[in-house]
Amino acid sequence: MTAIRNIRAVTAKELYCYFASPVAYVFFIIFLMLMGFFTFMWGNFFEQGEATLSSFFIWHPWLYLFLVPAMAMRLWSEEQQTGTIELLFTLPIKPWHAIAGKYVAGSLFLGLALVLTFPMVISINILGNPDNGIVLTGYFGSFLTAAAFLAIGCLTSALTRNQVISFVIAVVICLLAILCGFPPVTDAVLDLEVAWININTLVDFIAGFSVVPHFQTMQRGVVDVRDVLYFLSVIVFSLFATGIVLRSKRSI
Amino acid sequence: MIEAKNLKKWYGTNCAVNDVSFDVKKGEVLGFLGPNGAGKSTTMRMITGFLHLDGGSVRIGEHSIEDEPVAAKAMMGYLPENAPLYGDVSVEGFLGYIAKLRGLRGQDHKGAVAEAIETCSLESVRHKTIQTLSKGYRHRTCFAQSILHDPDVLIMDEPTDGLDPNQKYEMRNLIKRMGERKAIIISTHILEEVDAICTRVIVINNGELVADGLPSELRERSKIAGAVTMTIARQPFEKISQRLKDMTEVDKVVCLDQENGVCRVRAFPADDVDDLAGKLHGAVAQSGWALTELRTEQGRLDDVFREITSSEEGEEK
Ligand SMILES: Nc1ncnc2c1ncn2[C@@H]1O[C@H](COP(=O)(O)OP(=O)(O)OP(=O)(O)O)[C@@H](O)[C@H]1O
Ligand SMILES: [Mg+2]
Repeated sequence: MTAIRNIRAVTAKELYCYFASPVAYVFFIIFLMLMGFFTFMWGNFFEQGEATLSSFFIWHPWLYLFLVPAMAMRLWSEEQQTGTIELLFTLPIKPWHAIAGKYVAGSLFLGLALVLTFPMVISINILGNPDNGIVLTGYFGSFLTAAAFLAIGCLTSALTRNQVISFVIAVVICLLAILCGFPPVTDAVLDLEVAWININTLVDFIAGFSVVPHFQTMQRGVVDVRDVLYFLSVIVFSLFATGIVLRSKRSI
Repeated sequence: MIEAKNLKKWYGTNCAVNDVSFDVKKGEVLGFLGPNGAGKSTTMRMITGFLHLDGGSVRIGEHSIEDEPVAAKAMMGYLPENAPLYGDVSVEGFLGYIAKLRGLRGQDHKGAVAEAIETCSLESVRHKTIQTLSKGYRHRTCFAQSILHDPDVLIMDEPTDGLDPNQKYEMRNLIKRMGERKAIIISTHILEEVDAICTRVIVINNGELVADGLPSELRERSKIAGAVTMTIARQPFEKISQRLKDMTEVDKVVCLDQENGVCRVRAFPADDVDDLAGKLHGAVAQSGWALTELRTEQGRLDDVFREITSSEEGEEK
């Protein structure tokens, strides 16, 4: 009970801080503008001639690659930089309450950003006759991708008090998470002739770590337990590691 | 209330706190003294459970900070060094947030915030964003945060840092008043503060405890404790010195300053002499000198502080 109350208090305060500073508005505007730009300019949204959001969702991981680390970098770096972490960890709460509270606030924020893309859904419904179930699973997959990146950003911001360093590390990790399953990359690797190892299995194995294939199945309207488990395990692992990093910093 | 035993903290190969032990009872205000980098803040961070201990143990009331951190922290209020705060929220919002995480709800929550705002005279800035506050107000906001839940134990790292003289005065009175019902630890570089509020003093140097006692005991360690300072008009120092040195009670006499025919001298007692002032007064009266000042020195904390902390350093080198 106290756990839930504490988490709720931290979440409320973090959300308040997002909206009290320009961060939230800048984030929303850039997110929506880039989303529209990529979808309409490069996604051939109109030329496809079918009422789906596939040309919309395909850009999501790439946008999250920069935007999510940018909003996650302050989560713990700022607390360490200003010393407020000393206040937080001398309050009668368990560290995981604070970690969960901050994480929930960040994911609600990202969820809200996604909700603000609703005009997309409306326009395809006007233009054609889409399968809204597929749209919904696509949104679900997109949210999970963002949530996984957020957890990674959480971990890297716990690592350092420097927000820039935290951002850069998070972008690199997220980039790897996209690229290792990105078809152009995996195809290129498959073209290499390596004799001593079964390259197909290896590539499949590594691609399993990528967010892209897991997200793609959801874009096709399939919610597979394995895909959901994949995202959940990335999140849980990262948050758990965040806790360990923060703990080890207090016992240097 | 607070029981610290053999505290130890390593930063890499550098021992920041080495074997420091003390305890503080209800009704005591313990002052931490020590030069910069002595380990005062590190010790406080260990007591409050922010830093893990590399050795030793801390108990707050019944609770060990290592084994029952939540229960121990609930009893404590902590004002960290440099008063860290969340810049984006208002004073009231900040206090409300901390009060919530302290488990205060409903009417208790409102009452606690209102009381803290009043105690720390934050009325005028309660709706202001913390970022826009002056340093003193920020410090007071952080202080308000530490007393929200009326804790039994208060740990404050330089509580009067950055306050104006009026606020310093009020803060000291407040700490003194609270000290009657709580166990308090403060650290400070202002030695008058120790006299004004502390019932006990600890001096830390290079991470080690080098003195522990009442402020008066510490003061007595001073070289000038027990010496008598006199101001005598229209007499040259040589003559005064001659007269005083003849007395068996006087060990030595030094001239502090001599100006416009007015001479300030300090006489040090020989061993086992008390009431030197009375005896000197008699001697001066007998000689028919005009005495304008006569005072027995209590000893000065800053002398003692310098002696304790610099001699230790000297030995090491
Ligand atoms: N995070 C840290 N990493 C490494 N060394 C540290 C760290 N924090 C403190 N120290 C070292 O520990 C020692 C004690 O520092 P501490 O902050 O406790 O001193 P202090 O007594 O509070 O000094 P001041 O009067 O300046 O506040 C110093 O030598 C300091 O350099
Ligand atoms: Mg300090």
